Amino acid sequence: MFEVRVQQADFDINAELASLSRDNPAIGAIVTFTGKVRSSDKDRPLIAMTLEHYPGMAESQMAALIEEARQRWPLEAARIIHRTGRLTPEAQIVFVATCSAHRHAAFEAAEFLMDWLKTKAPFWKKEEYEGAEAQWVEARDADDLATARWDA
Amino acid sequence: MPRDDIHILYFAWVREITGVDGERLVLPVSGLTGAALLTHLTEKYPGLKARADRLLIAINQTQSDPETPLKPGDEVALFPPVTGG
Repeated sequence: MFEVRVQQADFDINAELASLSRDNPAIGAIVTFTGKVRSSDKDRPLIAMTLEHYPGMAESQMAALIEEARQRWPLEAARIIHRTGRLTPEAQIVFVATCSAHRHAAFEAAEFLMDWLKTKAPFWKKEEYEGAEAQWVEARDADDLATARWDA
Repeated sequence: MPRDDIHILYFAWVREITGVDGERLVLPVSGLTGAALLTHLTEKYPGLKARADRLLIAINQTQSDPETPLKPGDEVALFPPVTGG
């Protein structure tokens, strides 16, 4: 089962995992990644971040990322959930899970999905720090490099 | 009836500069490219000018080459490099 969701609401990792792998005895490995809001960046205390997306294109890009992963690895199931709206430290932001018969495919596909998600899906973060005006996050070269390593 | 205009959408700091989520625009010339549209928009929204080289364009929800000609009925989105995940 392959699914993508964009939502304001929080998600329950255990519930997602249970529904993801239910009734599929071919699954021998599940890898998950959960991204959370940190309380600081370079020692600057973060108050909150607000995530915005392009409705329609965000979902279709996430589905395309899963399709690309399926071309590369033998996946039995995968799910990407991305939250939007204002999130405070410790909140969950993003969830990626991949299921395969064996662990290597699941590990690699999960990393691939996260790297591609960060550079190809239309989401934007605005961060609020103590005593400063909220600022849009700049795209990072390191994320582009992480994505580029899958091109080989 | 087919539309003779395009629907432009703005996201993140692009939207903050334009002050609107989106707008409709009748193509001033047929075959206007995304890059030419952006030049037109920087005249309307001078704040975009300094950062125009960092903008990305999506046509009908697919990231596109700025030299792609636009057609009536297209949904054209302008946004900064993405920072989700």
